[in-house]
Amino acid sequence: MAAVDKQPVTGAGPFNGVLTWVDARFPLISLWRDHLADYYAPKNFNFWYYFGSLALLVLVIQILTGIFLTMNYKPDAAQAFASVEYIMRDVPGGWIIRYMHSTGASMFFVVVYLHMFRGIMYGSYRKPRELLWIFGCLIYLVMMAEAFLGYLLPWGQMSYWGAQVIVNLFAAVPIIGEDLSIWIRGDYVVSDATLNRFFALHVIAVPLALLLLVMLHLISLHEVGSNNPDGVEVKKRLDPKTNKPVDGIPFHPYYTVKDIFGVSVFLLVFCAIMFFAPTMGGYFLEYNNFVPANPMQTPEHIAPVWYFTPYYSILRAVPPLFGSQFWGVAAMGGAVMILFLMPWLDRSPVKSIRYKGTLFKSWLAAFVITFIILGYLGTKPTTVWGQFGFQTFFMDTRDVATWVARLGTLIYFLFFLLMPWYSRRDKCKQEPERVTH
Amino acid sequence: MSDKELDRSKRGFLVATSVVGGVATVGVAAPFVASMFPSERAKAMGAPVAVDVGQLAPGEMIRVEWRGKPVWVVRRTKEMLESIQKSEDKVTDPKLEIDQQPEYAKNESRSIKPEILVLVGVCTHLGCSPQFKPKEVSPEMGEDWVGGFYCPCHGSKFDFAGRVYKGAPAPTNLVVPPHTYLAESTILIGEDNKGA
Amino acid sequence: MRTLLAVLLLAPALALAASAGIKLDRAPVDLNDNPSLQRGAQVFVNYCLSCHSANYMRYNRLQDLGLTEQQIKDNLMLAGEKVGDTMTIAMRAKDGAEWFGAAPPDLTVIARSRGADWLYTFMRTFYQDPARATGWNNLAFPSVGMPHVLYELQGTQVLNVVTATDALGHQVESRTLALAAPGKMDKIQYDQLVGDLVNYLVYMGEPSAKSRVQIGLYVMIFLLILILVTWLLKRAYWKDLH
Repeated sequence: MAAVDKQPVTGAGPFNGVLTWVDARFPLISLWRDHLADYYAPKNFNFWYYFGSLALLVLVIQILTGIFLTMNYKPDAAQAFASVEYIMRDVPGGWIIRYMHSTGASMFFVVVYLHMFRGIMYGSYRKPRELLWIFGCLIYLVMMAEAFLGYLLPWGQMSYWGAQVIVNLFAAVPIIGEDLSIWIRGDYVVSDATLNRFFALHVIAVPLALLLLVMLHLISLHEVGSNNPDGVEVKKRLDPKTNKPVDGIPFHPYYTVKDIFGVSVFLLVFCAIMFFAPTMGGYFLEYNNFVPANPMQTPEHIAPVWYFTPYYSILRAVPPLFGSQFWGVAAMGGAVMILFLMPWLDRSPVKSIRYKGTLFKSWLAAFVITFIILGYLGTKPTTVWGQFGFQTFFMDTRDVATWVARLGTLIYFLFFLLMPWYSRRDKCKQEPERVTH
Repeated sequence: MSDKELDRSKRGFLVATSVVGGVATVGVAAPFVASMFPSERAKAMGAPVAVDVGQLAPGEMIRVEWRGKPVWVVRRTKEMLESIQKSEDKVTDPKLEIDQQPEYAKNESRSIKPEILVLVGVCTHLGCSPQFKPKEVSPEMGEDWVGGFYCPCHGSKFDFAGRVYKGAPAPTNLVVPPHTYLAESTILIGEDNKGA
Repeated sequence: MRTLLAVLLLAPALALAASAGIKLDRAPVDLNDNPSLQRGAQVFVNYCLSCHSANYMRYNRLQDLGLTEQQIKDNLMLAGEKVGDTMTIAMRAKDGAEWFGAAPPDLTVIARSRGADWLYTFMRTFYQDPARATGWNNLAFPSVGMPHVLYELQGTQVLNVVTATDALGHQVESRTLALAAPGKMDKIQYDQLVGDLVNYLVYMGEPSAKSRVQIGLYVMIFLLILILVTWLLKRAYWKDLH
């Protein structure tokens, strides 16, 4: 691979010389070809295929705004709350940057949830994309950590008590739990030490891990190629003359221009929230977080931010068994971890929902509805739907919502656990030879 | 595909998208760039400072803080004012050609009122704060010292108008900050009449 | 710690029972009404700013309300602060806690946590209650530590509790306030005063809110243009495909 073997770069305008020089020393042109100009993507991507590139966009927004927030934020229990208000008031343009970051946090999850749903719908986790899916799940997991760590930083009441509750979940781990939670906090309660280390993790450690995982996610995607709404492997049918997939088109320029359009539409939604409803009615920025953290007083109603609430509901739904909270914590953790097993749970002969039968479709519909209901319940007190007029005999859980959450938790897990069975039994349609449109 | 000639409509929309996208980039960059300028707090702390010089005795100096920097206010004696003329040919820029003072202080005494000198006490060499060295109390400055300021870091010398001596590492005279008289003996440092 | 976890998981349920609130009245908030905001600022510095601070709010920011620095200095700055200072108070939080049972909270962002309607209701539902150390109680905030600062203006209200039996046989308790001794203002004047104050508190909670919406409108228009252009670009490229 000596430099002399390479062809000089042509057709790039006035920079041919520079590009040739660089390409002789760095795989510039081959990277460009492998990942953009000669990366063939199926031509039948629909609306759902915007969310991958949008997730990348939001990641960039978060990193950029995060860097500038760091210039004025103080990771100190005595100054953190004030420094956020300082950014909102005294720093020129500070409120724009802060709202971009807070809106970005929620929009990150919106986009990623839609991206994941796309993957589930079209079977993008199936062979040969298992590792791609696993990297994706890891990104989701690390993102949750990033969001949780970042949420402590404004040092409001919700920041404080949210962190208090989540860190205490670790205390439910048998034997080492108590010490583990103290080690995480660096103190006996959430305190300045906790804030300081969460800051370090939020601005450096976790973003680095996130970037690495995103890179691995993209590399493995470009190795196996993109799936599509038909679930047909476009690589199997090559044009005999060009040796390119007949149903594929080069990512650049076709999907770059399409994604730029998608980005514009997304920015409209993003900016509408950021400029006209930055708190999103208390869902993106919680009202109680405008009260400085007070370790002596728990707010009347504490709930995590909306993107965690389905799991919070599962946590609350599982009753303490044998005097231990561990089961709820385990269920919550299991609800996330079970996603990793998707590639091996689905035994359907086809990938895409288009050719799957009613059984899978019904289960998926039930799962989505359940996820939304669990999410809603997690934002509310368990009494939100009233109480039964009687007391259950073995424990005091009279709230209607608790039982709905229990049913929801059951459906959530059954969607996964029964998948090997119902996906095999399902009456699927014949997958086409080539993509439809 | 890339080898094909771009047709006209593509080229047109590419240009249009680049232009609108460029505007968007500038628009997004604006708050980020703006956020690095002094905040309202910095501005409030750097706000003009009022100094009462009524109690300042001849030959004495007070230091006040303005924008985090020392500002000297000296009530010069008759001898001090005369010493400025003596150093006329020893200083680098006697005619005040380099713009280190507001227009109203571009005169022989470098001040609004001849006896009251207002200077930013930061050496124009590398930012140390020079020391106040009147002739009478500074024998260490040598026989021919007529009085002025001396920077301990690299030995720059200035006269009682803040003009730098020849041969000193400091390139320019000390800065006269914008200032104005609110009353007979009250100086507002950091703001002159232009703004008001 | 495990019990703490259990408590925290149950806390929401317990809390809701405790705050079984009253119906809130709608606050007349209008951030474009500068005269109202100016009057609200005046009420705030005269009545609130002796016990409550607004530590993140700078006096000179009040130029947003159409005031000049000199007007702010002359009318709104009671102590000899600099116009770039924040609205601090001399009272220490510890003393406050001793005198009122809890330190009076900073009010800079109170409208963002409590909401305008709650504040509007709170400031109008103080009533006399001899059982309380301060002599005052409040419908929106039962057992509040704060006395009724504006009682000279509003007058003194008392609580009437009427218990009735409804059609289904449930005991229904209705709690109303009645004016026992009139103040310097009538109800309309007092409501307007509180409305101005709350309007000001909403402004102070997010001083950039007005420019946020204005900038937002421009951004929306711009993005619509961007969407149009990028859609045309996409179409120009994709027309080759079939």
